[in-house]
Amino acid sequence: MPMPYYVSPEQMMQDKAEYAKKGIAKGRSIIAIEYVNGILLVAENPSASLYKISEIYDSIAFAGAGKYSEFENLRKAGIRHADLKGFIYSREDVTARSLANGYSQSLGTIFSQELKPLEVEILVVQVGHNGQANEMYRISFDGSIIDERTFAVIGGKSEAVQALLKEKGLTQPPELQAALTFCIAALEQIGNQKLSLESLEVAVLDRTRDGRRFRRLSPIDTKQLLTT
Amino acid sequence: MKLPFLPNHDDPSFFDFLTEHHPTLTPTGRSGFLQAQAAVEPMRGAGSMSIPHATTVLAIKYQQGVVIAGDRRATEGFQIAERRIEKVFKIDEYSAMAIAGAAGPCIEMAKLFQVELEHYEKLEGVQLSCEGKANKLGQMVKANLPMVFQGLVVMPLYVGYDRKRAEGRIYKYDLAGGRYEESDYHAIGSGGKDARNTMREHFLKGLAEPDALKLALLALYNAADDDVGTGGPDLVRGIYPTAKIVNATGITDVSDQQIRGIYDGLIATRRSKEN
Repeated sequence: MPMPYYVSPEQMMQDKAEYAKKGIAKGRSIIAIEYVNGILLVAENPSASLYKISEIYDSIAFAGAGKYSEFENLRKAGIRHADLKGFIYSREDVTARSLANGYSQSLGTIFSQELKPLEVEILVVQVGHNGQANEMYRISFDGSIIDERTFAVIGGKSEAVQALLKEKGLTQPPELQAALTFCIAALEQIGNQKLSLESLEVAVLDRTRDGRRFRRLSPIDTKQLLTT
Repeated sequence: MKLPFLPNHDDPSFFDFLTEHHPTLTPTGRSGFLQAQAAVEPMRGAGSMSIPHATTVLAIKYQQGVVIAGDRRATEGFQIAERRIEKVFKIDEYSAMAIAGAAGPCIEMAKLFQVELEHYEKLEGVQLSCEGKANKLGQMVKANLPMVFQGLVVMPLYVGYDRKRAEGRIYKYDLAGGRYEESDYHAIGSGGKDARNTMREHFLKGLAEPDALKLALLALYNAADDDVGTGGPDLVRGIYPTAKIVNATGITDVSDQQIRGIYDGLIATRRSKEN
C-alpha cells in the first residue's frame, strides 16, 4: 500500500490560506462606514441584480466579497438564523454578535476540516438605536473575526482602501452625503478609474427608520443624494 | 455545501424550514402527540368541526383597495376572556390578515405568516406576488388540519393589494386549506353571516374609502347586535373595533378617533330611530 505524502499542518494551513486569499483578492472592495444616522455600505458591483450587500434583520446588514455562490449561501443561512431567533424569542433578541459568532464558527470549521476553504470575506454590521453603539464585524475565510470601529473594508485591495480611509482621520461620523462622497472617492482612487453610479451598490442602515432599517439606494437615489 | 453551526435549508419558505428542522415550533407541532391520541379515539373531536368561532372579521373592496376590520372580543364559553384582543394583523407593507378561531394558534399563525413573507423577500430579493402569498397561507391552513380535529380551528381572511393589477383582493379559506377569492366583500366568524347580510344590502362596486369604512363598521355593529360572540363598540371603556386600509400606498391603521367618530354618528342615528 503506498504511503500518503506527509504534509505538515503548517504547510497545509498556509496553502489553504493562500488559496483563499487569492480568490478574494480577485474581487472588488466593499466599504461599511458609520455616518450620523447609521451605517452606509458601498460596493463596487457591475451587476444590478446580483447583490453583494443585503438585509439580514431589522438592524443588521450583510456584505460579502469573494466567490458569489459561497457568500450567497452564507447570507441565506444568516437570514435563517436571524428569522428563527426572532421567531422563537423576540425581534430585539436578534444580534449581530451572535450571528457573527455563528459565521466565525462555520468558516473556521470549514477552513480546518474541508479540503477547500471558502473564498470569502464577510461583514456583519448592526446599527445601534436608543443610544446603543453600532457594531461592525469583519469575518475572514478562516473564521477569524475582527470587531471594527468607524469603518470596515473587505474584498480585494481592502488594505489599501483601509489605509486611505485611515488617512482621513475621521473623528466624528460624517453626514450621509459626505460619507458617500468619501467612499466613492476612495474606491475610485484605489481602482484608478472613474466609477459610474450604475456600477455602485449602495445601501444604508438608517436608525431613524422604524422596524426594518435597511434600505437600498438605487442609482437615482444615489444621484439625488449626491447632488443635493 | 452544508454550513456547520448555521441553519441549512434549501427553499425560501420559513414555514417549510420550521416544519423540517424545528417541527415543534410550528402551530401543528403539537399534532405528534395529538395524532397519537386521535388514533386511540378516531372519532373524537369530529363534532368540533362545527365549533363556532366567536368573532366577526370582514373585508370590503373599495375603489382604491380594501378595508379590513374586526371586533375585539375573545370568549371562553359564556365568559368574556378578553375585551381588547386584536384580530386584524398587518402581514407586510401590502397585505393584512384577520382571523377567527382559537386565539392562541390564530395569533401564532399570523406571526409565522409575517416571518414567512419577510423571509422570502430577504432570501429572494423580491416580494411574493399577491396570489403567491395567498397560496402560501392556504398551505399553512392545510397543515393545521390535524389541529382542527382537536378543536383548534384557525380560519384566516386575507386581503392584499395586488400591485400588478392595481386593485385590492380578498381571499377566504376553508379548513382543508382551500383558497377562494371573493370579488366584493366577505366576513367570517360567528357573526360573519350577520355582517355579510348587512354588506349585501349596502355594498356597491367602486365605493369611496370613507363609505367602505363606514359600511365595514356598520356591518360589525349589526353582527355584534345579533351575535353574542362579537363585541360591539364599548362606550364605557372606549374600546372600538379595529380597521386597516390596504391600498397602493401600503397599509394604514384607521385611528381609534376616526372609528369612534363614525360610531358616534351611527349610534345617534340608531337612537333617533328608536324614539
